[in-house]
Amino acid sequence: MFFNNIAKQLKQNIRDYGMYIVLFVIMAIFTITTNGTFISSRNISNLMDQVGYIAVLAVGMTLVIVIRHIDLSVGFLSGFIGAIAAIAMKYWGFPIYAVIPLALGLGVLAGGIVGFLVAEVQIPAFVATLAGWLIYRGAILLVLMSTGTVITSDSAFNAIGNGFIPDIPDFGFLPGVHKITLVLGVIAIIWFIFSELGSRKNKQEYGFEVLPMDMFVLKLVFISIVVGLITYELSGYNGMSWTLAIVLVVVLIYDFVTNRTVLGRHIYAVGGNPEAAALSGIDVKKVTYFVFCSMGALCGLSGILFTSRLRSATPTAGTLFELDAIAAAYVGGVSAAGGVGKVTGSLIGALVMISLTSGMNLMGIDISYQYIARGTILAAAVIFDVVTRTRAK
Amino acid sequence: MSTPILEMKNIVKEFPGVKALNNVSFQVAEGEIHCLVGENGAGKSTLMKVLSGVYPHGSYTGDIVFGGNVQKFRNISDSEKAGIAIIYQELALIPEMTVYENIFLGHELKKGYLVDWDETIKRAGEMLKKVRLNINPAEKVKDLGVGKQQLVEIAKALSKEVKLLILDEPTSALNEGDSENLLNLLRSLRENGVTCVLISHKLKEVIEIADTVTVLRDGQTIVTLDAHKGEVTENILIKHMVGREINNIYPPREHKISDEIVLEVKNWSAYDPSIGRQILKDVNFNVKKGEIVGFAGLMGSGRTELALSMFGNHDNYRIQGEMFVKGKKQHFNLPENAIHAGVAYVTEDRKGDGLILIQDVKQNVTLANLMEIASNVGVVDDNAEVKVANEYKSSLNIKTPSVEQKVSNLSGGNQQKVSLAKWLFVKPDILILDEPTRGIDVGAKYEIYTIMSRLVQQGMSIIMISSELPEVLGMSDRIYIVSSGKIAGEMPIAEATQEKIMKLATD
Repeated sequence: MFFNNIAKQLKQNIRDYGMYIVLFVIMAIFTITTNGTFISSRNISNLMDQVGYIAVLAVGMTLVIVIRHIDLSVGFLSGFIGAIAAIAMKYWGFPIYAVIPLALGLGVLAGGIVGFLVAEVQIPAFVATLAGWLIYRGAILLVLMSTGTVITSDSAFNAIGNGFIPDIPDFGFLPGVHKITLVLGVIAIIWFIFSELGSRKNKQEYGFEVLPMDMFVLKLVFISIVVGLITYELSGYNGMSWTLAIVLVVVLIYDFVTNRTVLGRHIYAVGGNPEAAALSGIDVKKVTYFVFCSMGALCGLSGILFTSRLRSATPTAGTLFELDAIAAAYVGGVSAAGGVGKVTGSLIGALVMISLTSGMNLMGIDISYQYIARGTILAAAVIFDVVTRTRAK
Repeated sequence: MSTPILEMKNIVKEFPGVKALNNVSFQVAEGEIHCLVGENGAGKSTLMKVLSGVYPHGSYTGDIVFGGNVQKFRNISDSEKAGIAIIYQELALIPEMTVYENIFLGHELKKGYLVDWDETIKRAGEMLKKVRLNINPAEKVKDLGVGKQQLVEIAKALSKEVKLLILDEPTSALNEGDSENLLNLLRSLRENGVTCVLISHKLKEVIEIADTVTVLRDGQTIVTLDAHKGEVTENILIKHMVGREINNIYPPREHKISDEIVLEVKNWSAYDPSIGRQILKDVNFNVKKGEIVGFAGLMGSGRTELALSMFGNHDNYRIQGEMFVKGKKQHFNLPENAIHAGVAYVTEDRKGDGLILIQDVKQNVTLANLMEIASNVGVVDDNAEVKVANEYKSSLNIKTPSVEQKVSNLSGGNQQKVSLAKWLFVKPDILILDEPTRGIDVGAKYEIYTIMSRLVQQGMSIIMISSELPEVLGMSDRIYIVSSGKIAGEMPIAEATQEKIMKLATD
């Protein structure tokens, strides 16, 4: 009965749970094939840092794809902004608190240009951002022409991509464990359980269908264990990294905006049916501007994360980021037909893609097979999306 | 009467919930021009789709005998091979291709495995001569006017050695000169032995050209008339077209109309740059508080364009004229402005541009007025949303298991109610309903009518655009008739009859 229930829930909500299952399976396989190296604290910590600059791009890309557009320029735009940030610090003497707003501002400006071309001039986003791809690629080479790779020496800046959040001093209790990370993890689990209980109660009051009690408990236990395990792993190493903290904050903000605000509703409405949205009094142009400007700002953030992680700006920074971000969004359940997709899904999608890379690297698999494997996963994700959608009809 | 080239016998075609064709018989004699007339929804287009194989053999019952043989067309290319060609209202040419490429598209002239372009151009020239079109075959189709494009379509049909040419409303997009030209061409084709079926709303042109006329109504053949025996006159045609009974399916009229004019439109003209045509010419009308004003007219007469041009001009028409909403001169650049001024527009095509099918009932209901249930900084109150959606679910009797059901899972009638709920939630003073009961069953229709009655009693004003004359007569207090982008007439309900309206609408 219990297992029948599980099977039934999985079948009904396969679209929602699919990517979590995929991530779980991939992690389990790599844990076995690498004799546990994959799941080691050190590797998980690294994984979270590697996923950072792709995850923030994937979050922005989610909204772009939801409103039925695409942005190919994000990779080299990140690289370009990262280069400007490095140059600003090293040669112009900008302090870190000026560099970050500069990077985000440049991103918003770049996004505004794409927004203008797409919303006002009505150029297909594919073409407008392909032009951006070329232009930013050239721009990176141009600004780094005289200096070559620019090393960033600001320790605070470099900590963004490599450092960890501070901990309370060791007072003999739980030595070697990152206590703040542990506390944050516990708070997250408690907050999650309470908000789930609250929303379940709310739904029941309105007479909506809710998960059967055993399934509900199973879901709570499962997610608590996953969060608990990650917390345990991280606190046993160096604790939560700044990158992970930033990614979590970005995802939380975007999740809130997309699910709870009028703006978020308007974005999904424009994606679901642009004509109906326009005739319902939604300013489709404004929404388009917002989505591309947010994408630009996240490119700025991604550029900072990547430059900081490498402690330098290089002429090849940003190569293929756009494809990783697009792939992460699709793997995460964004629909190619528009109007459907969650930013949390795209975060999971990014984790899937990075786990694949990391796991195959640990196994020493040749890069040629890695590309083929990633391509196969991407195709499978989109096939899954199309098949489950047509079946639902 | 000579031998029939085409005989359709006892054709029955059903769609879920609707019998579109109910035992239709249709006979066309060789070498004649046969006109097919009837109101919107009478079944003309469905009949032609059955004939051309769009609805393949087996999806309908009855027999098609063409050229002496029983035909079982599985698709359009089957019927084309047999010698039947249809030219639709929306032209099926490829604008970026040249005239000669278009004429032989799909049946290219070949030399071995390659296209023989020299022969194609030569033959295209001959075809153009047949349709008396004096242009260079190498011109691109997009550079031609609509009238000439139509002739290219006919040339394309002739190049396939067509025996039966079917034209669906060919003159609806043409000016008078082009229309006359086209009718002359049909006459000369008749002399060359091409049989022609013409579907048309313009009764004058039907009377001018037809040898025989068949009238359809509600999916049935009503009568076939012989023009050479003087059986075809405008009055006879209209009588057969509208003979539908007005059943007592309308709520009692208890409207309290005040003298206050809430909407007045003066000298309103609109030009659509995307198709390069004047779509509205000097439209004048007004709507009083608590009144239902019917806008009757045929499809394509400009009623929807009128509504869209007033409601924020989403399609970027070039507009001249003045509009007064509640006494204040207004010009809406965006639907948003119109909504704020108290105007709501329930679109004709609820699936295409009315609802967001992949979202649930509550999200659709609140979409046009989200700020009402959101905090000042724009955070939506989910509980308030559910409450609002549930209120409309019960007051409009929307049949859905819950307001979290996706709209795509609802029936047409319930989708229409969701669409209506969305616009009632913006609390408008003037509600424009575009074909409010299209494609929904009788029970749901009555419910929509009852809701409309209730709303005007509460002081709302309603503009109802409808192609269904019984509905216009049953619900309106006053009627405007729209034809070719102009107001062809206005009449209070007491003076209105189906015949009078049809006469003005088909002028």
